[in-house]
Amino acid sequence: MYDIDQVRKDFPILDRKIHGTPLVYLDNAATTQKPRQVIDALVHYYEHYNANIHRGLHTLAEEATAAYEATRLKAGAFINAEYPAEEIIFTRNTTESINLVSNAWGRKFLKPGDEIVFTAMEHHSNLVPWQMIAQATGATLRHIEIDDDGKLIWDDVLAKIGAKTKIVAITQMSNVLGTINPIKEIAAIAHRFGAVMLVDGAQSVPHMPVDVRDLDCDFLAFSSHKMLGPTGVGVLYGKRDLLNAMDPYMGGGEMIMRVSYESSTYAALPNKFEAGTPNIADVIAFGAAIDYLEGIGMDAVRTHEIAITQYAIDALSAVEGVTVYGPKDAHDKGGAVTFNYGDVHPHDLSQVLDQQGIAIRAGHHCAQPLMRRLGCVATARASFYIYNRNDEVDALVDGLGAADRIFGRATTAARA
Amino acid sequence: MASARRTGYSDVPQPQPELELDELYRELILDHYKSPRHHVKLARADVVAEGYNPVCGDEVEMQLAFDGDRLTGIGTIGRGCSISQASGSMMSELVAGKDIAEIRRLSGEFTRMMTEPGGTVPEDLGDLEALQGAAKFAARVKCATLAWHTLADGIAQHEKGDGVVRREES
Repeated sequence: MYDIDQVRKDFPILDRKIHGTPLVYLDNAATTQKPRQVIDALVHYYEHYNANIHRGLHTLAEEATAAYEATRLKAGAFINAEYPAEEIIFTRNTTESINLVSNAWGRKFLKPGDEIVFTAMEHHSNLVPWQMIAQATGATLRHIEIDDDGKLIWDDVLAKIGAKTKIVAITQMSNVLGTINPIKEIAAIAHRFGAVMLVDGAQSVPHMPVDVRDLDCDFLAFSSHKMLGPTGVGVLYGKRDLLNAMDPYMGGGEMIMRVSYESSTYAALPNKFEAGTPNIADVIAFGAAIDYLEGIGMDAVRTHEIAITQYAIDALSAVEGVTVYGPKDAHDKGGAVTFNYGDVHPHDLSQVLDQQGIAIRAGHHCAQPLMRRLGCVATARASFYIYNRNDEVDALVDGLGAADRIFGRATTAARA
Repeated sequence: MASARRTGYSDVPQPQPELELDELYRELILDHYKSPRHHVKLARADVVAEGYNPVCGDEVEMQLAFDGDRLTGIGTIGRGCSISQASGSMMSELVAGKDIAEIRRLSGEFTRMMTEPGGTVPEDLGDLEALQGAAKFAARVKCATLAWHTLADGIAQHEKGDGVVRREES
C-alpha cells in the first residue's frame, strides 16, 4: 500500500475550502483532480519547449515531438499494447475514441443485417455512436440485459452474441453501478463468432490494471482526465491489423502521405488517425499522470479502492432510508457508489452536501436507459480515487443528516 | 481601485458568498413540493405540454384547458427536484383562470426575478416569490423555470391549434 496522506500533499486543490469547510471531492468518476506533477509538466512545456510537432526541424519541435511520442509509448505500456508506437491513437476523449471506431470501422465493415451488441449499462458515449452508425449502415442494435444487482445476465450474453454479431461494444466498468464486466470471457465469445470487441475503459483503466493482450480486446477507449491527467486527451487503442484495415476518420494535415488536388494517400499509423495539430501540451502532461499512477502501482490503486468502496457501501447501507444500487461486494465493482436517500431528490441532496463542502454527482449520469431499468429518474453517486480517505465517507454519511433536517424525515422508511 | 485588481486572472473563481440553505429551501417551497397543487389529470384538456430537462432528468407534464384566451384549467404532474416541482405547483396556482396576456406578463416578472438576483421582487407572483432564493444558485434556475417554459410552449400550441408539445431544455 501507499501513504494516502503523502499522496494528498501532491494535489493543491485538496487544500481548498468550499463554503468554509475543507473540500471533500467524491466526483472522481466524472473527472479526477490533478497532482502538482501534471500541472508542472503542462507549465514546463509551455515555458520551455512549446512548438508544433512532427514537422519542425528546430530544437523546440524536436523536443516537443519526443515528449509527445514518449506519452504514446507510456500509454501503450500502461495497458500492455504490443506495438504502442502504432496502436495508440490520441483523441479528445473516450467519446471521440468510440466515434472514431464507429465511423472509421463501422462505415467500412457494417452491412444491413449485421448486429452491434452492447449492454443495458452503457454510458451514452457507447450507445449513441452505435445508434448513429446503425442508422447509416442498416445494422441492427442488440443489448445484453442486467439483473437487479446490476450484473450482466450471462445467459443473455450467450443469447445476444451470435453469427450475425459484427462488433461487441461493452464497458469494462459501469460509471453508474461500478459493475466490472468479464471482458476477457466476452471477448472470447465475440471472437468465436468472428466479431470485433471494443471496450469502453473510461472507468476501468484509471482504477485497475488493464492488459489489452490478456483481455484480447480489439479496441480500448479511455480518457486522460479521469486518471489524473488533463482534459482534452483521449486514447484509442486498436490492434494494428484492424487500424490498418480502417479508412481515416478525419482528413487534414499530419494524416497524409501525398496530396494532389484530386486525391491523397494516407500516412501510416498512428498519424493516419491524428489529423491536424493535436493537443500537444495535454498529451505531454498526460505522460506525467501515467508516471504518477505507475509510481503508486495499479494493483495498489485497486486495493485501496476496494477498501474505501466497501467501507462506503457498508456505511451508506446502514443509514435508514438509503438505497444503494449495483453490486454490494466491492470486489465486483469499481469505486463508484450510486444511491438514493428516501424521497430526497439527488439534486437537492447534492446541493445540501455542497453546502458542507462535499462534491458528489447527481442526475442520470449519461445513462438514461439504465436509470429507467433501475426504476428511477436520477441518483446520487459518490466516486473515489487514490486520495480519498474513509473519513471523507464519514463526512458524506454525516452530511445526509442535513438533508434529513431540511426535508423533514423525507425518507420513505421513516414515514412507513 | 483599478491598481488593486489582479489582471489576467478574471476567470479564477472567487470565494463565494455564504448562501444559506434555508434561503433556498423555504418552508413554502417544501410545502408545495410535498403537497403539489393542481396535481391532477384534467378530464378534458385542449393541450398537453411536456417539459424535460435532460441535464438533471426533471420532468413535468402539463394539461391545459382554454376558453378562448383564458386558461380555465391546468393539471401539472411531474417528477424531479424540490425546486422544479414546487415551481410547477406554485405557477399552476397562480395562472389558473387567468387570460393569456396576463400569464405572459407574470411569466416575464418571474423570469426577471430568477435571472436578476438581488432585484426587487414583484408583488403579484404569489407563493412564487419564495423561489427568489433559488436565483442565487445558478444551477437551480433552470429547475425553477422548467414549468414556465413548458406552459409557454403549451400556450403557443394552443394559439397554433396544435394539441401536444414536448420541450427539451438545452
